[in-house]
Amino acid sequence: MGFQTIKFYQTGTYTVGNRLLLPDQRSVQAGESRSNSINSGHRACQGCGEALGARYAIDAAMAESDNRLIAVNATGCLEVFSTPYPESSWQVPWIHSVFGNAPAVATGIAAAMKVKGKKDVRVVAQGGDGGTTDIGFGCLSGMFERNDDVLYICYDNEAYMNTGVQRSSATPPAARTATTMPVGPEPGNPFGQGKNLPEIAMAHGIPYVATATVADLRDLEYKVKKAMKMHGARYIHLFVPCPLGWGTASSDTIRIARLAKESGLFPVFEAEHGEITGVLKIRRKVGVEEYLMPQKRFAHLFGSHSHPEMVIRIQEIADRNIRKYGLLDEEAA
Amino acid sequence: MIKPYAITLKPGTSLSNLTGTWRTERPVYLDRLPPCNNACPAGENVQGWLYHAESGDYEQAWRVLVEENPFPAVMGRVCYHPCEGQCNRGKLDSPVGINSVERFLGDEAIRRGWKFSLPPDSSGKKVLVVGAGPSGLSAAYHLARMGHEVEIQEAGPMAGGMMRFGIPKYRLPRDVLDAEVQRIVDLGVRLRLNSRVDNIAQGMQNFDAAFLAVGAHIAKRAFIPAGDATHVVDAVSLLRSMEGEEKPMLGRRVVVYGGGNTAIDVARTARRLGATDAIIVYRRTREKMSAHDFEIEEALQEGVMIKWLSAIRQAGEGQLTVEKMVLDDKGMPVPTGEFETMEADSLVLALGQDVDLSLLEGVPDLEIKNGVVQVSASMMTGYPGLFAGGDMVPSERNVTVAVGHGKKAARHIDAYLRGTSYEPHSKHELADYEKLNTWYYSDADKTVRPMLDIIRRQTSFDEVQGGLDETTALFEARRCLSCGNCFECDNCYGVCPDNAVIKLGPGKRFKFNYDYCKGCGLCAAECPCGAIKMVPEEI
Ligand SMILES: Cc1cc2nc3c(=O)[nH]c(=O)nc-3n(C[C@H](O)[C@H](O)[C@H](O)COP(=O)(O)OP(=O)(O)OC[C@H]3O[C@@H](n4cnc5c(N)ncnc54)[C@H](O)[C@@H]3O)c2cc1C
Ligand SMILES: Cc1ncc(C[n+]2csc(CCOP(=O)(O)OP(=O)(O)O)c2C)c(N)n1
Ligand code: SF4
Ligand SMILES: [Mg+2]
Repeated sequence: MGFQTIKFYQTGTYTVGNRLLLPDQRSVQAGESRSNSINSGHRACQGCGEALGARYAIDAAMAESDNRLIAVNATGCLEVFSTPYPESSWQVPWIHSVFGNAPAVATGIAAAMKVKGKKDVRVVAQGGDGGTTDIGFGCLSGMFERNDDVLYICYDNEAYMNTGVQRSSATPPAARTATTMPVGPEPGNPFGQGKNLPEIAMAHGIPYVATATVADLRDLEYKVKKAMKMHGARYIHLFVPCPLGWGTASSDTIRIARLAKESGLFPVFEAEHGEITGVLKIRRKVGVEEYLMPQKRFAHLFGSHSHPEMVIRIQEIADRNIRKYGLLDEEAA
Repeated sequence: MIKPYAITLKPGTSLSNLTGTWRTERPVYLDRLPPCNNACPAGENVQGWLYHAESGDYEQAWRVLVEENPFPAVMGRVCYHPCEGQCNRGKLDSPVGINSVERFLGDEAIRRGWKFSLPPDSSGKKVLVVGAGPSGLSAAYHLARMGHEVEIQEAGPMAGGMMRFGIPKYRLPRDVLDAEVQRIVDLGVRLRLNSRVDNIAQGMQNFDAAFLAVGAHIAKRAFIPAGDATHVVDAVSLLRSMEGEEKPMLGRRVVVYGGGNTAIDVARTARRLGATDAIIVYRRTREKMSAHDFEIEEALQEGVMIKWLSAIRQAGEGQLTVEKMVLDDKGMPVPTGEFETMEADSLVLALGQDVDLSLLEGVPDLEIKNGVVQVSASMMTGYPGLFAGGDMVPSERNVTVAVGHGKKAARHIDAYLRGTSYEPHSKHELADYEKLNTWYYSDADKTVRPMLDIIRRQTSFDEVQGGLDETTALFEARRCLSCGNCFECDNCYGVCPDNAVIKLGPGKRFKFNYDYCKGCGLCAAECPCGAIKMVPEEI
């Protein structure tokens, strides 16, 4: 697919920067002039994937829109840790909606800009998985259906983190949360369909849908920039590990995101008008255990009261993703 | 005006919230020791020069290289490259072709006529170097660069030692050697050829210090009763005569006795001189041979034959008597009493060399053990001011070790002349494979150097192994993982969720902003090359 092809530089082909690349081939994050949309001093936990993902995404959107950007933020960790009264970490025009209506507020701002003739001002809306897949779902679907000129970014940390790790419809099977305790014959979150929001977004036929993780910065920047070049409703679903809620080491945030992708549990792809146009292939395939084991929210699957049958079911999910999205190159298999 | 609650405070930036106070561990940048550097007997900063080669700045790469070793073009041909054996990339796909890039840089320097930077003002001290082999030349080079006046006295008619009179041309073309030797002479080193030193105590009288590097040139003998008619020569004399006008006559069937690199070189030379059969006879098995695998392989390709587990007992007219051997449980060969005969026009003994120590006679306080001169950690013999290195002191015998000794001795001689002592800086901790995050390196297999076609390898002394060209050398340099040393990939700067990494600009690396760093450790975990370490915060 059309991911930025990088000239073959052995040292650091996958790194954030690369001194051997021409300046215009370098990532936004490598530049000293990146906008640092969300600045130091925010109160996110150590190693927060959401804080990192938000800076990656909004900086790229800023770069693509010549810094003419307004960001709308649903209630959730990102909003709370960045703006404790009277401080703000945001270095972009930023507005807090409420928990469930960020897409609608963004729609309104986009409409206002249109009325005022400010064609160059672009709008992004952002929220957590709870705000997106649950309470904001209706507003979001409306925004899609009207094809409003908004890029919506969902930071998926797979639960309601801000209020103390309650289950959302994006919480994966078997995960322990405050509301899905590891008790009973099938501990943790029940196996079920959940809500696959990227696919639901695709079903709306909107111009652009993509998934990404904080482990593949160049892929993420490519997708945000591509989305910003387009108009109409666009949706990016960004996988952001949460050290506190998942029970992982703060230094493991990126590694965990990488394992989610490499195991096939989190497929990374992009789609235009409802059709998949590209997938990011698995580079070094791993079994799901490698992803699950470092996370305390899955601890009950292993150890003395282990549940190998549940691990097998999770592996089946990964295998299905690999088949369905074609995540493996023949050679890598 | 009475403001409602919640707008009484002025809005401000979160920068007033110094999250650095949350930290229990802090990241620090450090340089770790790359395994290649650690393995290099000449103490080259391999990672350091590869770094410049990666950006295509070959001259700078060469300059960093020759800080430690003045012979890159020679090294790129004859060094056994233990660096590659230790290279971390070997655990990923295959080691970086350090040796081929080194050769490329050496050849490039010769082609472009790069010169060493000129030495500083003279120190007024005079140092005698005995022997113009790699060790002596390396010492002379470093001493000259430190401002000392250096005179090399060499017994032979040309400089180079075993690089010229041992290693055959098909592995080291002489114009390459000449160019690198000349560059050292151009530094103002006085090279006196045909000047054998017979008595070092006398010889060094007009000097402030001396470095001895006379090598090991006396062929070891084995007792083999031989009739008058048998043509028996030793390997060292044979290879030496290859440098003369008249090529030695060995006949069609040549037997070489021994299992080291020298035996291999003799057999390959015999093939090129027209021997239809060149047979190496060795008392033990292939695994026990001290010759390197790649050399054995190349010899076999050229049609050299090897007879394992055999000892030569007698050399008669046109034939040899050979006894079959077996290995005991310690791997030592023991005779079986089974004999056979082999036809041979000549027999070459390649059984190793001893050091000619005659010039040391009368020097007090010297310690000689196992035929070699004992030296201290500073390469000084028991006699003050007299240093020694290379094949004549206890250690592995190869060009790279000899060059390393020369450098090390030069540093200590310099300190000795200044009345101080040289303290090498303590080694950085090792950047072993576990310190790397190899996710960030793309897959890239090693570039293979071209080899001369087999016919020319059997009939001429043309160089066997070719070099890399610019693109392949660049590719190879860029396979380096930069173990333990920041290569400014911007990962730390990118992955910090708190913007607590400050980028200092090209070549200046980064620093942490501890006002905001929360100590999550992401930068250290995602640093590809292991140049960041988490240390506990003092509380
Ligand atoms: C056939 C052969 C192949 C080899 N191949 C390799 C190889 O591929 N790679 C590798 O790394 N190593 C190789 N070696 C080993 C390597 O050549 C030696 O270890 C190295 O040259 C030793 O360096 P040196 O400076 O100590 O001594 P030498 O190179 O032996 O130099 C000593 C010099 O001192 C001179 N000299 C001796 N006595 C006196 C005196 N009294 N007065 C003045 N001058 C004197 C000699 O003429 C000579 O020039 C090979 C050796 C041989 C024999
Ligand atoms: C209408 C409403 N219901 C409940 C809340 C409480 N609340 C605030 S944030 C949050 C959870 C947010 O979860 P998510 O959207 O996944 O974002 P995260 O904090 O995980 O980033 C909840 C339930 C609220 N602010 N408003
Ligand atoms: S990858 Fe580079 S720095 Fe690391 S050991 Fe190999 S050559 Fe040396
Ligand atoms: Mg959430």
